[in-house]
Amino acid sequence: MRDVAVIGIGCTTFGEKWSIGFRELFVEAGALALEDAQLSGEKIDAMYIGNMSAGRFIEQEHIGALIADYAGLATHHIPSTRVEAACASGGLAFRQAVIAVASGMEDIVVAAGVEKMTDVEPGASTDTLTGAADREWEGFVGATFPGLYAMIATDYMHRYPLTREQLAQVAVKNHYNGARNPIAQFQQEITIETVLRSTMVAEPLRLFDCSPITDGAAAVIVAPLDRAREFTDTPIKVLASTQASDTITLHDRRDISTLDATVVAGKRAFKMAKLSHKDIDMVEVHDCFSIAEICAIEDLGFCRKGEAGKFTADGETALSGKIPVNTSGGLKACGHPVGATGIKQVYEIVQQLRNEAGKRQIDDAKIGMTHNVGGTGATVAIHILGRV
Amino acid sequence: MVGIITYGVYIPRYRIKVEEIARVWGANAADISGGLGVFEKSVPDLDEDAATIAVEAARNALLRRKINPEDIGAVYVGSESHPYAVKPTACTVGEAIGATPNMTAADFEFACKAGTAAIQSCMGLVKSEMITYGLAIGSDVSQGAPSDALEYTAAAGGAAFLIGRDDPIATIHHTCSFTTDTPDFWRREGQDYPRHGGRFTGEPGYFKHVEGASRLLFEQTGKSPEDYTYAVFHQPNAKFPQKVAKNLGFTTEQIAPGLVVSRLGNTYSGASPIGLAAILDIANPGDTIFVCSFGSGAGSDAFDIEVTDAILQGKFRRDAAPGVEQLLKNPIYLDYARYAVHKGKIVMQL
Repeated sequence: MRDVAVIGIGCTTFGEKWSIGFRELFVEAGALALEDAQLSGEKIDAMYIGNMSAGRFIEQEHIGALIADYAGLATHHIPSTRVEAACASGGLAFRQAVIAVASGMEDIVVAAGVEKMTDVEPGASTDTLTGAADREWEGFVGATFPGLYAMIATDYMHRYPLTREQLAQVAVKNHYNGARNPIAQFQQEITIETVLRSTMVAEPLRLFDCSPITDGAAAVIVAPLDRAREFTDTPIKVLASTQASDTITLHDRRDISTLDATVVAGKRAFKMAKLSHKDIDMVEVHDCFSIAEICAIEDLGFCRKGEAGKFTADGETALSGKIPVNTSGGLKACGHPVGATGIKQVYEIVQQLRNEAGKRQIDDAKIGMTHNVGGTGATVAIHILGRV
Repeated sequence: MVGIITYGVYIPRYRIKVEEIARVWGANAADISGGLGVFEKSVPDLDEDAATIAVEAARNALLRRKINPEDIGAVYVGSESHPYAVKPTACTVGEAIGATPNMTAADFEFACKAGTAAIQSCMGLVKSEMITYGLAIGSDVSQGAPSDALEYTAAAGGAAFLIGRDDPIATIHHTCSFTTDTPDFWRREGQDYPRHGGRFTGEPGYFKHVEGASRLLFEQTGKSPEDYTYAVFHQPNAKFPQKVAKNLGFTTEQIAPGLVVSRLGNTYSGASPIGLAAILDIANPGDTIFVCSFGSGAGSDAFDIEVTDAILQGKFRRDAAPGVEQLLKNPIYLDYARYAVHKGKIVMQL
């Protein structure tokens, strides 16, 4: 297996981009990544595109070909593949690109993610996202994603000492980071009061516990590590790429407050990279809801089960903490264009490792991790990236 | 010069507080009032609709200035809640004030700006000397689906403006419009309640069009915000007009007298016309008024108006009909159950 490196990154700003369509979003992110790698389009050997539901959000399928075409590569006839795993679509697209290069099958591969979510009404987007759960056993009986994560939060708060204020601190910290990230959907800091006074969505989760509906696209370019310096002075090596699955329904899980797929993919990733959680300088976790970040940092081993609330309240996940979590602002503040999120996580870690993260830069960042979840934890993709 | 000969307003006496609506839906009233800047809204009586409100407003206008109603050559009623899908409200109004039969009439619909569109049409007919007077009315009993954000503001009321050349109380120096096909808010035939694009009604809807029409008017007239004594903007809530005024360079003092939405709610086609009426209620000769409406779908009409000496003397008597402030006084508050009855939200078994 060949070593793989990220040689270029690009990302649109995230937000309610009413005047920009799906294809323009992708083209913008792709062009930024190519420019970053100082690469021209004809050098690309293959593309993998993470996208959850263009079929329902914009009534467009056949995304792989569409994107290759609008990237100006139709006449190059390169393989272009859409990857779908709900909110983990981006993470899996990155993993497919890494596998393609590691195997020796391809050299220069684009991994991208894109989602255009604001062309439909809020009810329709909520229902589309429900497709990430089990439609027959969860969606049809009325469960929505806020509802499912509210069940996790309720169970967790019943069993472990997590206070409502500690849970709110996740969003407060992520907004603080988002306010320092030029691509973030929300650029303003909030307080615990902001969270506690916001509209109840699904008890105990309030509006500010939930990631928003977002338009956005992100793209990264991977290449064999031994060719990386042809394109960049700061290649970022992929130290681990793992993926795990679990029951699609929440109620079939061994323990609904632990995402076993995160635990397994995390352990596999540390083993693959020959590292432990102590070696990680910062991690982008999948905080689709505040409770998801609490579970993620425990399930990845950054603190013990039941202690993430205090760990967060003590500032250990802040930019200056023991393990900075979601320096980008996470899904909460950066926004969550579902198919693009996994790629944006890689985009953030690469910026940190290149020392290009501006006001949210972690000093001397050497190794970072991404954690991308599909549904309530039925798919998890984890990557560890490091400076060369 | 073409201008406003007289004007009249009608607002139903019933109100419901935002607090009461929030109570029923388990929402946080302070957050809603804080977010919208609206605390209560008007509710029509059981037998009031956009037509009766239009008639009341027209009659109030004619109380202030006695003219021969047969000289009214056009009646246009702007509303998005015309009681009939087919059969004009404008004919009912024309008949009620004695302007029929030698007149033209039509109903206008352009979401919340149909009333100002009616003013523009009357201006054209008067300027071209096709008619002596034209009556332009904006009137609505607007709809908000139960628990929808609109329910907290959708109110009832209307204002009528008689447009002509004969001794106007205010001259309309100029008007212009800014219109695009922007689907921010809509209701299809047969549907009870409108639907909307949430925040999409803001930047790409309200702000783009109000600022577009306002800046176009400044460009065409060479005037700027400091040239006006007062300004009135469409007021779906208190926040939007305050923000757009600030963006354009108007002061809080300029917009305060015309900003009645906090106590009235959003009267849709009646909203900017009632705001203009509230200013005319207190204006003095020489005062200048900037008006910009907004209708979803979407468009804005901007007006450059100057109050004349006729507002205080001659044939016009401002105090012959109730002013906006008077109409807002002594409300009767309804609970949600009575409000539901007034608004026909309870489906009766026949």
